[in-house]
Amino acid sequence: MIRDITIGQYLSGTSFMHKLDARVKIVCTFAYIITIFLCKNFWSLGLMVAFAALMTLLSRVPVRMLLRSLRPVAFILLFTAVLNLFYTKTGSVLFQWKFLILTDKGLYTAVFMAVRILSLVSVSALLTYTTTPTALTDGIEKLLSPLKLIKVPVHSLAMMMTLALRFIPTLIEEIDRIMSAQKARGADLETGGFIQRAKALLPVLIPLFVSAFRRAYELAFAMECRCYRGGEGRTRMKQMKLGVRDAVTAVCFVLLIAGVVLLGRFFPAVI
Amino acid sequence: MDTIIQLRNVSFAYETEEEKNLAVQGVDLDVRRGEFLAVVGHNGSGKSTLAKLFNAILLPTEGHVLVEGMDTSDEEKVYEIRRRVGMVFQNPDNQIVATIVEDDVAFGPENLGVPPAEIRARVDEALRAVGMYEYRLYEPHKLSGGQKQRVAVAGIIAMRTDCVIFDESTAMIDPKGRREVLETVRKLNRELGITVVFITHFMEEAALADRVVVMDSGTIAAEGTPAQIFADTALLQRTGLELPPAAQLARTLREHGVELPDETLTPEQCADALFRAAQKAGVV
Repeated sequence: MIRDITIGQYLSGTSFMHKLDARVKIVCTFAYIITIFLCKNFWSLGLMVAFAALMTLLSRVPVRMLLRSLRPVAFILLFTAVLNLFYTKTGSVLFQWKFLILTDKGLYTAVFMAVRILSLVSVSALLTYTTTPTALTDGIEKLLSPLKLIKVPVHSLAMMMTLALRFIPTLIEEIDRIMSAQKARGADLETGGFIQRAKALLPVLIPLFVSAFRRAYELAFAMECRCYRGGEGRTRMKQMKLGVRDAVTAVCFVLLIAGVVLLGRFFPAVI
Repeated sequence: MDTIIQLRNVSFAYETEEEKNLAVQGVDLDVRRGEFLAVVGHNGSGKSTLAKLFNAILLPTEGHVLVEGMDTSDEEKVYEIRRRVGMVFQNPDNQIVATIVEDDVAFGPENLGVPPAEIRARVDEALRAVGMYEYRLYEPHKLSGGQKQRVAVAGIIAMRTDCVIFDESTAMIDPKGRREVLETVRKLNRELGITVVFITHFMEEAALADRVVVMDSGTIAAEGTPAQIFADTALLQRTGLELPPAAQLARTLREHGVELPDETLTPEQCADALFRAAQKAGVV
């Protein structure tokens, strides 16, 4: 159901990962995602997976929660794995049946892709589980602030993100309410083919949009009443400070990337 | 007692293509510093429009609104006006900007450029004042309507405004939430000396105010203490308002020969008066 959406769902806690500076976490997440695509053999891939496991441990996020965030990508995961399995024609043939050819390289590629997607999604989920949306957008705002020099409205973008995240649960509730209201009027939202179901959603989407605009209008008033004038002259209650913890994390990540590069040198690539 | 907001011959018209709809016409009103003023009226009486005129959300089409001497139509003063007069709206969901309670309360002071350490102190103080300190790390969508509205109130008092306008802030929440919000509002008014303008269509809420203004068809129909207003049956009938339940009960009892004082408007006063009447009659 719609309530399973976990975007911006922060799990409060006081773990090592929770206490890390948002900027460090964002940069490290990106570094992780890039590095995992540099892995060409099982040793480096194993190192990356072990690191992801370590991060999960340090975050104290229940594995159950992490698995939940993986559910939406299950299809893509399966799809890419199967595609890679049979579309890789290089390498020695392991199995052949009519037009289906399975090579060892294909098998490796499929496994690599699956593991990459899994760790990529888990690590990004860890970021959102351990960082409040506010800290996340603040972090992005700080990281992007050099772009202010070329007149990118960084503050406005960050504020838009915060508000979007803030209104996700509200709008989900609203969808639930509208759907119930339309069902009560006899709308059939669950049967029929894809096109039919998409059409049936129209009476849900239109009231949702109308209400979203009304909310936006009221919110703008409320923000103005609280003296909001954009980013200029604004202070922040929570100051971001880099500490020992952040330095240690950064060093670990540098070592991790170096490790992956070195393992790539010493062991032959399998894909 | 000096005045904090002055309305001088204020009119406001919602203009549509076909017609001009006068929502407020020729209103003169002084909001006194430190008072708890209730503005009541049935739907379409102009009470909500009036509220929006107090801190320059709407500008009068005629007349002037002065906040501590500053005219709301002076664009340069709008910011100064809003840091003095805050507003709590009807729908709690549409006024919370952050995803964590304490970040939301910090929003106002952050906009004012208050130093970080002081924001922290103000946020904690404001959350304690509305009794939401234990919830400071909650996500707003996990709170009840009354709790959300108290967070919104905290967001305003953290700005240290002199006056808070409540624009039907209790209309969308359940009775329990309404009681919580109302208790908070009275506490702010009494303990922190914040001027309160409380727009409502619940008469039992108006009964708690120092002064009540009755709006009808865009004009002030009457003004006085709750006891004065609720004693005027003709006025209530004309403006389509009902007595608060406790006052209703007191009136019915009076009709049946029970002697009760005029100031019997809230459940507490009612219970008190009944107890005294019973004592006098020698029942208890």
